[in-house]
Amino acid sequence: MNYFPDEVLEHIFDFVTSQRDRNSVSQVCKPWYKIESSCRQKVFVGNCYAISPERVIERFPGLKSIFLKGKPHFADFNLVPHDWGGFVYPWIEAFARNNVGLEELKLKRMIISDECLELISRSFPNFKSLVLVSCEGFTTDGLAAIASNCRFLRELDLQENDVEDHRGHWLSCIPDTCTSLVSLNFACLKGDVNLAALERLVARSPNLRSLRLNHAVPLDILQKILMRAPHLVDLGVGSYVHDPDSETYNKLVTAIRRCKSVKSLSGFLDVAPHCLSAFHLICPRLTSLNLSYAPGIHGTELVKLIRHCRKLQRLWILDCIGDEGLEVVASTCKDLQEIRVFPSDPFVGNAAVTEVGLVALSRGCPKLQSILYFCQQMTNAALITVAKNCPNFTRFRLCILDPTKPDAVTNQPLDEGFGAIVHSCKGLRRLSMSGQLTDQVFLYIGMYAEQLEMLSIAFAGDTDKGMQYLLNGCKKLRKLEIRDCPFGNAALLMDVGKYETMRSLWMSSCEITLGGCKSLAKKMPRLNVEIINDNDQMEVSADDRQKVEKMYLYRTLAGQRKDAPEFVWTL
Amino acid sequence: MERSMAYESDLNLKATELRLGLPGSDEPEKPSTTPSVRSNKRASPETSEESWSKSSSSVSNVENCERDGTPPAKAQVVGWPPIRSYRKNYFQEKKNDQVDGAGMYVKVSVDGAPFLRKIDLKVYKSYPELLKALEDMFKLTIGEYSEKEGCNGSEFAPTYEDKDGDWMLVGDVPWDMFICSCKRLRIMKGSEARGFGC
Repeated sequence: MNYFPDEVLEHIFDFVTSQRDRNSVSQVCKPWYKIESSCRQKVFVGNCYAISPERVIERFPGLKSIFLKGKPHFADFNLVPHDWGGFVYPWIEAFARNNVGLEELKLKRMIISDECLELISRSFPNFKSLVLVSCEGFTTDGLAAIASNCRFLRELDLQENDVEDHRGHWLSCIPDTCTSLVSLNFACLKGDVNLAALERLVARSPNLRSLRLNHAVPLDILQKILMRAPHLVDLGVGSYVHDPDSETYNKLVTAIRRCKSVKSLSGFLDVAPHCLSAFHLICPRLTSLNLSYAPGIHGTELVKLIRHCRKLQRLWILDCIGDEGLEVVASTCKDLQEIRVFPSDPFVGNAAVTEVGLVALSRGCPKLQSILYFCQQMTNAALITVAKNCPNFTRFRLCILDPTKPDAVTNQPLDEGFGAIVHSCKGLRRLSMSGQLTDQVFLYIGMYAEQLEMLSIAFAGDTDKGMQYLLNGCKKLRKLEIRDCPFGNAALLMDVGKYETMRSLWMSSCEITLGGCKSLAKKMPRLNVEIINDNDQMEVSADDRQKVEKMYLYRTLAGQRKDAPEFVWTL
Repeated sequence: MERSMAYESDLNLKATELRLGLPGSDEPEKPSTTPSVRSNKRASPETSEESWSKSSSSVSNVENCERDGTPPAKAQVVGWPPIRSYRKNYFQEKKNDQVDGAGMYVKVSVDGAPFLRKIDLKVYKSYPELLKALEDMFKLTIGEYSEKEGCNGSEFAPTYEDKDGDWMLVGDVPWDMFICSCKRLRIMKGSEARGFGC
């Protein structure tokens, strides 16, 4: 290979698409590093504070597409104050300054302002794709800038963002000359959109394959849109408030019948009446169904719908489906690979599914790889059965609504159950646990979870040994997040070098002290050890023995970050 | 009296008393705690704040179950269950839209009546049921509801305000659709409703 000219190597490397593989390629030898870096177009930065934008630009001059992640995962659950950080502006500003030919931007858990969106729209003439997941800090005015100025816009995908809605003119800003749209998702927007503009947009977008509407798009517009876009592959229905006796409804049924390519269905944010028979025509071809934002679909209607979905690979659903409903899923969806069962009422603290549903799924769906399951209770026996039935899990997340609940039958901790999971699922990469758990479960994880990369634990363990088993065992661990566990300095400081092999560690409401964190920071200069001191719990001259409420540490080549707010101390 | 007391102390009833606890310990039996309290090494989020004095930010609204022996109220643990705030807010708004927990209460006004009433729409399964209930509540006649003629020559016309803020005649849309979009009811006097098809 060393005798091939660079262009040939480049051509070969073009076939290597995953970031991990490209990272491996670049580590083979210096010439390969140089060539790979010069031609890499797609870059993934898992922690925006791990490296400076300048350094990324320098290493990857061919950069066209970037995926950045900002806040720690537990920010999703209100454990991180809003202005902690994760601002994307410095990156965009650096890209603009250095004439990076940015075409695609994907952000997760970051703060992006309207000014930043405007800067993007003006600085990158070939900008094609904007994907924002769980971001905040912007309004529909920023979207209007993107819409107006990005002439080759292909994709605008907004997933679960907190957007301030200044009403719907942004959509009308997409110029009539723009006909390149392939994917549009504005389901998370709360306000109205210009419906006429939406119709015209769909009419002039022959390449449109993915469209997810928000609740403000009524049925008659949906019908008209579907008539114009029969080649849709992914559809998110906004509002489904209909009158089955009306002309509009009949037209809708006709339109749906023409959509022979729809493989993915979601939305149904408002549903009345509950009957979804119009969509039964689409169901047999569906591979992905997301009804997790559709509390209006339940009971027999929901089950009726599922019975038609024999080809389903991915299902996101609310727990109102119940254990019986999950039995129907298990007997119908033999190709199921991923399932997520969310609680319909997260506030009441009661879930409508139990271990029975989980076992049924494991029995009926042998291809199951990824699960997120919010449930009322669990047993060791059930987990052991699931482990036996489904050894192919790569992602296993179980959330019992009462986080320290033991085995519902034996009252024992759930150590054996989770132990069986990690023992059987040799390819397990992500694990979240709940229920009563002792140090024992960590012993199992350390022993068996060889491929584990991300672990989330809460209210578990008895002593420092628990965390020590983890740090000793899981060689591939990249992200560890711990809350409300009795792990202290002895565990934290046991193997400080380990943290440089990981992306990040989060510990909140544990037993670590300020002194322990300081000691760690001193030993490891290439880690940022941040203490989040919201609620003013600690004073600057605090006693080293005082417990630290929230600590987030991550490896970095960029040194201490300069945008940390007052309440974040980098030690 | 004295004789019986002396008799009791001779028997040393205390020593042979059946109770939980190690022999020799005099502590009274602890009041029963809820099943969620198990090992003393790990306090569950529902129990008292004492073992969590330094980590109290993770728990709020906790009641001390050991003090009064009653099961504690379900503690609101910050960040639990681990659901994205977007999703939590979405469902919170849906709940607020529905109002008053399980019921769907809407205000009902009748022209000329001194005060308004409230009814729970969820209680009724169809228009005739609703209209009958309104007739009973206000002691008036709204008349037979029929598909073709609507309110058949009665003194009053039932109208409702929908989600868009428009005033609509009750009865045009399917029942399910009606209860989703009805924000309030107004029973109009027939004289005002003239020319409205009533």
